[in-house]
Amino acid sequence: MDLSLSTRTEGDRTVVVVGGEIDVYTAPKLREQLIDLVSSGTYDLVVDMEGVDFLDSTGLGVLVGGLKRVRAHEGSLRLVCTQERILKIFRITGLTKVFPIYASVEDAVAATD
Amino acid sequence: MATVEVRFSALPGHVRTGRLIAAAVARRSGMPEGGLDDLRLAVGEACARAVDRHRRAAADQPVTMLLSADDACFTVTVVDEAGTVGPVELPDPERHGEQPEPVEPWPSGVGIAVIAGLVDDLAVIERSDSGGSRVRMSWRLPSTRPAWVGPSLP
Repeated sequence: MDLSLSTRTEGDRTVVVVGGEIDVYTAPKLREQLIDLVSSGTYDLVVDMEGVDFLDSTGLGVLVGGLKRVRAHEGSLRLVCTQERILKIFRITGLTKVFPIYASVEDAVAATD
Repeated sequence: MATVEVRFSALPGHVRTGRLIAAAVARRSGMPEGGLDDLRLAVGEACARAVDRHRRAAADQPVTMLLSADDACFTVTVVDEAGTVGPVELPDPERHGEQPEPVEPWPSGVGIAVIAGLVDDLAVIERSDSGGSRVRMSWRLPSTRPAWVGPSLP
């Protein structure tokens, strides 16, 4: 598969580290991971996108779905992304206003909003 | 006009094939490296849309992608042959486990909205006769051209 996923805990958050390409073919794997986390009672997530080479609208849809799921449990989904080529699709769709996006996992974990 | 035509089965795995080929041909046609991320994303969205339309219409035919360059522009056209596009397929409970769950339903048109933010020129043409549609995306090329592209071929 062109997508790698791993998880770890940092403080009271679970960090999902994503690598490779998130597109219509690989997005279901990320979706499953987010669903599994929520099903197991993990509602405060940080998705680290720094290793992501490609993200399309299907991938965005999976992140939106994840955000809705955690919010249904008063949780949060924060993104870590500094790559302009990945941020561009968030900007075009206006989703920079919907997702809290941070420059590092440390910043995302420490944020209090 | 130098043209490359690609056909691929309407499988999600081939969306990547489409965008990588388009980027390779665009690079050779003189598109600057900095524009290739936008092109890869736009072509990926158009191919994903075509694959989705074929799957929903249960169309056996492949998706077609046409790449061409002239003096001014690099153009990618993605053509689908999905006749009457049906409703989103719901998972069949009898076949649970065989069928992959559909990914989060996204309003149709989001892909086109994304493409619009990435191209210099966009046309989405729905064919009223046999159905199907084409998405034509163009990017302006810088005035210095590689010799490869050359004058119009017969």
